[in-house]
Formats: sequence, structure tokens, C-alpha cells
Amino acid sequence: MNQYAELTWQGLWKNNPGLVQLLGLCPLLAVTSTLTNALGMSIATIIVMVCSNATVSLIRQWIPKEIRIPIFVMIIAGFVTCVQLLFNAYAYGLYQSLGIFLPLIVTNCIIIGRAEAYASKNSLLPSIYDGFIMGVGFSAVLLLLGAVRELLGQGSLFAGAEILLGDWATSLTIVLVEFDQSFLFIMLPPGAFIALGFILAIKNVLNARVESIIEPPVVVEKPQRARIHKVT
Amino acid sequence: MNNIISKNGLILAGFALVVSAIVALTHQGTKEQIARQETKQLLKILDQVIVKGSYDNELYKHCVTTNSLQFLGSKKNQRAFVALKGNDPVAIAIETIAPNGYNGNINLIVGINAQGIVTGVRTLAHQETPGLGDKIEIVKSDWITSFNNQAVDGHKDVRWQVKKDGGQFDQFTGATITPRAVVQAVKNSVIYFKRNQQRLFSETARCGDQS
Repeated sequence: MNQYAELTWQGLWKNNPGLVQLLGLCPLLAVTSTLTNALGMSIATIIVMVCSNATVSLIRQWIPKEIRIPIFVMIIAGFVTCVQLLFNAYAYGLYQSLGIFLPLIVTNCIIIGRAEAYASKNSLLPSIYDGFIMGVGFSAVLLLLGAVRELLGQGSLFAGAEILLGDWATSLTIVLVEFDQSFLFIMLPPGAFIALGFILAIKNVLNARVESIIEPPVVVEKPQRARIHKVT
Repeated sequence: MNNIISKNGLILAGFALVVSAIVALTHQGTKEQIARQETKQLLKILDQVIVKGSYDNELYKHCVTTNSLQFLGSKKNQRAFVALKGNDPVAIAIETIAPNGYNGNINLIVGINAQGIVTGVRTLAHQETPGLGDKIEIVKSDWITSFNNQAVDGHKDVRWQVKKDGGQFDQFTGATITPRAVVQAVKNSVIYFKRNQQRLFSETARCGDQS
């Protein structure tokens, strides 16, 4: 596998931030009550991850090893603040629907994790790609969880999309089942934990099968044994 | 050793400076747009609680401060927007808090005309249970419009309760505390307005330039 294929494989499945590294559970569990919120969080996280990985990779020669962590934290905090300001200015609906979880992206360990584990050791382009694909892997889990919870909780998909994307998005909302009473449990945090647990379980069940397709086991040739003849 | 520490300190300070500068620049660049967005948001809400066309001043600029723990649910100053037609005050939009929601404060804005009749109520912020208490949002349910055109007849007005308590407002299935808190808060803000009508209508606008 070449470098980018390997990164893709790592980010989306093998080392998925949400399912394997289990990083960033706070936003993962908190904002996934609807698909729309999950989408907003995904966009914000991907932007911050790409920017922070790119910056860290660009300046990695000038960062002394001993103080790299505070510098990473500073860079990430700076980007999150900028993203927050920009969202506030140009995507007000998104800003409102994410609320406190937008500034809390700072505390998402995936971002500093990727800065430390990958971007600080690799050149610009692979680092950007790593940030992007890790963000996409995280987003995939967010969106899946959001879809499952919204579907089970309210019987709809993309409810409130117009707040996030503007008025045209009203048509995105799909109501699949009309409940008299929404299934509250699944929309509250405990439901998020349980739904995530099921997703993790399914991932683990599928793991061996998927890995055998993507990563064909390397056939190790058995060394031929020297034949020992019976000495008579 | 000392040398390394001071060198690292300088590097750290340098980074702090650069990052702060970037944030400051972004802030500078987005400040006006953010203010515009907030005004737009405010206007959108004000339009929902006071009928557009019933006044002719720039409503969001004409605001006075209110403060009443007993009636408006907070020790802090809150805003009220006065609608004028010509030079006569015709209505007011009062920001208020229902402090006794199921899960903390519920921020509301209540539009009241000069006769003390409610012209509209909207929820600004809340943390009520999704699926149950959040029906106080206009996007979830039109319950909040049941306040329109209602008047309050003093403190003991029995109509201003949820049906369960003998009043005229519906409660939600599985959630009585939330609508009860909202009904009470709206009633209190109307009473507050009636008691302070003179002052609220005569006071000069304070927060005009800020928002």
C-alpha cells in the first residue's frame, strides 16, 4: 500500500478515532442527538484538524521537543477560536446549533493526538491528508451515531437541517416514522453510550472480515525442511 | 540549562504572540459581520413577538434596561425593546427568565402592547428535555402562540395556569413543569410591564449603539 492508501485505511477503519482510538467521546456523545448536529460538528472538526495538522507540520523544525505540547495546544486553541468567530460571522445557524461544543473542540484529543503522532513527524501534504482523513473517519462515526439516534428517537432524518444549511434544506428532512411520543431515552446521553456500544460491537464483529479483504495476510513461505533420511 | 529554559520560554512567547495576533485579526475582521448577524437574529425574533407595521421606529435600537428578580426572574439587568408609532409607545418586547424550568432557566421574550395584551412570546434559550419540554420552541410546536391576545387580570388571574392546575393553557404529555414555568413567567412579565409602564415608556433608549 502506498502512503495515502495506508493513511486512508488507518483513518477510516483500522485506527478510526471514534471507534478504535476512542478519542473525542465528549462531542461524539453530546452532539449526536440529530443528524444535523452531527454534520455541523463534523464540518467544524475536519476544518480544525486540517488546519492544525498543516500548521504543526510546517513549523515542526522550529519547535523544541520539550515545549511541543504547549505549542500544539496554543495552535489548536487559536484555530478553534478563529473557526468559532468565522462560524459566528458567516454560519450563524451552525454556530447556534453547536453551542458550547464548538469551543470545546479544543479539548478533543484527536486533534492534539494527530498533531503529536503524525504532523510533527511528517511533511506538509501527508499531514494535511492525515488530518482530513482522520476527521472524515471521526465524522463517519458522528454521522452514523446521529442518524441512528435521530431515527430511533424521533423517527426522522435531518430534522432542523434548515437551521444549519439555510432554507433550501427543509426538503432534506425525511420523516420515516411518526411517533406520538419520541423515544426519549435514545436522545439523552445514556442512549448515546448504548448506541455507540452497539456500533463498536458491530465494528469488532466485522473487523476480521474487513481486514482480510483490505490487508491480505502476507503468506509466509515455510522454509523447506531438510529431509532427513533414515540412516540405516 | 538556564540557557535552554530562556530560549524555550522565548520561543513559547513568540508562538503565543503570533497566535494571539491571528486571533485578534480574525476578531477584527469578523466583528462587524457578527454584530450584523446578531442584529438580524434579534430583528427576526422581535418581528415574531410584535407585529411588524404596528410601529415605525428602529425597534432593536430603542431598548431600555429592566431589573426585577420577582417578576423577571433574574437579578441581572435585562433588556426591553420599546416600539413607537410616531412618538407614542405602542408596544414593548421584554426579555425575561423563567427560573423554575425542569432543567434550569428558560429565557423568553414577551411582546406586550400598550393595553397590556400579549402580542407574542418566543423562547430564546432553554435546556428542557428534548422531545418533551422542548415543545416551548416555535419550531417544535405552536403551543407558545397560545399566549397571543391574552390579557392578565392581576396577580390572582386563575386563567394563567396550565389546565392541570385549573387554568387555560395546555400542558404537554409527560411535561407539566416546563409549561407551568413559562406560563408563570409570561404572566409575571405582563404584571411587571403594567406596574412599570410609565417608566419603561418614558425612559430614553440606552443600548441603541451597542446592538
